[in-house]
Amino acid sequence: MKSKAEKSQFSKLISDNGIWVVLVVLIIAITIVNRNFFTPNNAVALLTGEAVKGVMTFGVTLAILSKGIDLSTGSVAALSAICSAALCQASTSKLWAGLPTMPAIVGILGGICIGLIVGFANGWMVAYLRLHPFIATLGTQLICRALCKLITPGPVSKLTPGFRFLGNGKVGPFHMIVIVMIIMFIILAFMLKMTRFGKSVYAVGGNDQAARVAGINVEHTLVKVYMWCSFCAALGGVLLAGRSDSADPANTGLNYELDAIAAATVGGTSQTGGICRPSGVIAGILIMGVINNGMVMMGVNDQMTFIVKGLIIIGSVAFDMRKNAVKK
Amino acid sequence: MADEYILEMHGICKYFPGVKALDGVELQVRPGTVHTLMGENGAGKSTLMKCLIGMQPVTAGTIIHKGKEVHFKSVQDSIHAGITMIQQELSPVLERTVADNLWLGREPMKNKFMCDNKALYTEAEALFKKLNLEVDVYAKMKDLTVAKQQMVEIAKAVSHDSNIVIMDEPTSALTDAEVEDLFRIIADLKAKNVAIIYISHKMDEIFRISDDITVFRDGTYVGTDRAANLNNEKLIEMMVGRKITNMFPKIPCPIGDVMFKVENLNSGKQVKNVSFEVRKGEILGFAGLVGAGRTETMETIFGMRKKDSGRIWLNGKELNIKSPRDAIDNKIGLLTEDRRGNGIFGLLSITDNTTVANWGAYGMPMNNKQMLKDTEEYNTKLRTKTPTWETRIMNLSGGNQQKVLLARWLLTKPDLLIVDEPTRGIDVGAKSEIHELLSKLAGEGKAIIVISSEMPEVMGISDRIVVMHEGEMTGVLNRDEFSQELLMRYATGGSAVEELKKQQGSLES
Repeated sequence: MKSKAEKSQFSKLISDNGIWVVLVVLIIAITIVNRNFFTPNNAVALLTGEAVKGVMTFGVTLAILSKGIDLSTGSVAALSAICSAALCQASTSKLWAGLPTMPAIVGILGGICIGLIVGFANGWMVAYLRLHPFIATLGTQLICRALCKLITPGPVSKLTPGFRFLGNGKVGPFHMIVIVMIIMFIILAFMLKMTRFGKSVYAVGGNDQAARVAGINVEHTLVKVYMWCSFCAALGGVLLAGRSDSADPANTGLNYELDAIAAATVGGTSQTGGICRPSGVIAGILIMGVINNGMVMMGVNDQMTFIVKGLIIIGSVAFDMRKNAVKK
Repeated sequence: MADEYILEMHGICKYFPGVKALDGVELQVRPGTVHTLMGENGAGKSTLMKCLIGMQPVTAGTIIHKGKEVHFKSVQDSIHAGITMIQQELSPVLERTVADNLWLGREPMKNKFMCDNKALYTEAEALFKKLNLEVDVYAKMKDLTVAKQQMVEIAKAVSHDSNIVIMDEPTSALTDAEVEDLFRIIADLKAKNVAIIYISHKMDEIFRISDDITVFRDGTYVGTDRAANLNNEKLIEMMVGRKITNMFPKIPCPIGDVMFKVENLNSGKQVKNVSFEVRKGEILGFAGLVGAGRTETMETIFGMRKKDSGRIWLNGKELNIKSPRDAIDNKIGLLTEDRRGNGIFGLLSITDNTTVANWGAYGMPMNNKQMLKDTEEYNTKLRTKTPTWETRIMNLSGGNQQKVLLARWLLTKPDLLIVDEPTRGIDVGAKSEIHELLSKLAGEGKAIIVISSEMPEVMGISDRIVVMHEGEMTGVLNRDEFSQELLMRYATGGSAVEELKKQQGSLES
């Protein structure tokens, strides 16, 4: 009897932290094939490579937790990148000729404001027009991408050093972009664990009818969720522009929304709403990063990488569904 | 002997976790008769039928259909054997036509792959003609009235060539003329030797069409008799005749001034001109059948439902409640009827479920320690049994979930606590604990409203009882006037009121 109890305790530990087990197994497997994978240098490369998608994942996590989805984050990132880049161009041939060169902070805030506006629109459509989030954000995805191309036909480049610092700079030994990701993660975790808003998102995602009866303003909560989501996307866009020293209307942030949704999902954020652990989301982001980076290190071609990613997404959700189905 | 009954059910038991929904139930149905099942809400009539048609597996017992023991594993199995059920809650495919719905899953085929769309409609028309019903087979289901939808459902059952048709409260949405149509169809079916199992609360109907009547109470079998041997009084006695033991420990407490008052409350068709008041320390019961508008009345008070008109006062102050948040801020709590639907957050912990209505009180960042302390204090007081306070609430039994919900509302320190079916689906032990608690709360000077469809419960714990029927109040009884027969009469359409009028009429003349 005792050993059975111990066994079930152990299996519970594994099933509760299965995502970290998968991560460790992946790291070991890739390291066996290529020793260079498990090195400090590569770890830095992996983290800086995933930081932008990480920040965007923290956003869409909240939308999924509220039993919604946000498909617009990639386009919002692009719109924010273009607007902030245009404000902080250092070149002689500016997109907005005659505009004085702004300090980096203006560009950053400008991009984020754009994000908040789109987020408010998304949230308002979901909460008050009762549109399905998939449809509402599909609409804004198309609109934002089109706006990017209307604003500028080609890339906006040659940005001020201050602005570029955000994407490429270092504070001591740490990359600015990674620091931003860590700060955003702390904010997300704090929000979910320690604020009324965060707890309300769990409640609304878990049972919106019960949330209403318990006195939660479901509509306000949803609007804030989508504003947070687009805020993260816009910040991601600013980081992208700073990192690549340009913003391209056609390619910046393209399909990032899918990567963000995938990372959140692999991290155990359930599409049925109401389930999310911040630590799981970090694991999800790292898993996607390890696959991206590791497959390159192993010399596997691109298409193989996609196949592995696809299998991991399907597998992790199937695993989650079974775990939760048994409990229901 | 074997041919005397088309259906026999012996010793049927159905246990849900913590609840015995059916406990050794018997049923014997003769072919070509109408066999009515009676009992209060929750007596197990619908559950028994669901077990019969294979929607739910039985825990124990045997079912003998046409002399052979059967085990239906799905509804398809039972339909094949000739048993069809018209559910209380219809589930038509609203966007498709009547004919589509009628032949759903068994469409007439031209060949192996193609439906015969012409036959689909002509056969549907022929069927309705045979039944003498006027239904447009080309109309979309959503454009039909509920009554017409019911007719389609009945036609569907008939078209299956069934030997047993089960009707679960088929007349609840029908007008008088439509009820006549239904009874005509029932007579036709009887003539074809089809047995009908009929579930209804309406006495007059039951005596008009029944051949046999079986009565259930609390999931147990009370008895079966020919309808001719029974009358109203005997039937009510059989249905509610359980002894009231100490199931309802009522602590006498002083009743103070009027604390809460509602005047001419209206909301849609469900709440019509409802007016009542509750005093400090008083427990006001709301009795009636399902759909009487009691829940809707409370939802209107609590801001979950739009109020068309009416005024509400608490502690002498007129309230303008637009949302549940307003109600909570004004010290009103509502324990809803539908625990899973709008009560618990299954995926959240006991702690979150207890504190959710009070989250505003824990500051920013939220004081998780205080939340845990409050959860512990209130749930310990209510004797909630749980492994830890972080356990997901869905892993608790119904009774313990209900206690957590009560803790939630007590934590908001309400002056008026409304509890809607507080003991539905929970075990006997927890039931009497909840009764005791409500009585204690009244003793602490709160005003309490209890909705319950269980007559003994509402009579056991209330100081006064309001009875509702179809959205209107049909009577208010003081404790010394309580009787199950009287409540039942008020609840089934105020026939008592008519009788009173008759008596008055005869007195005047």
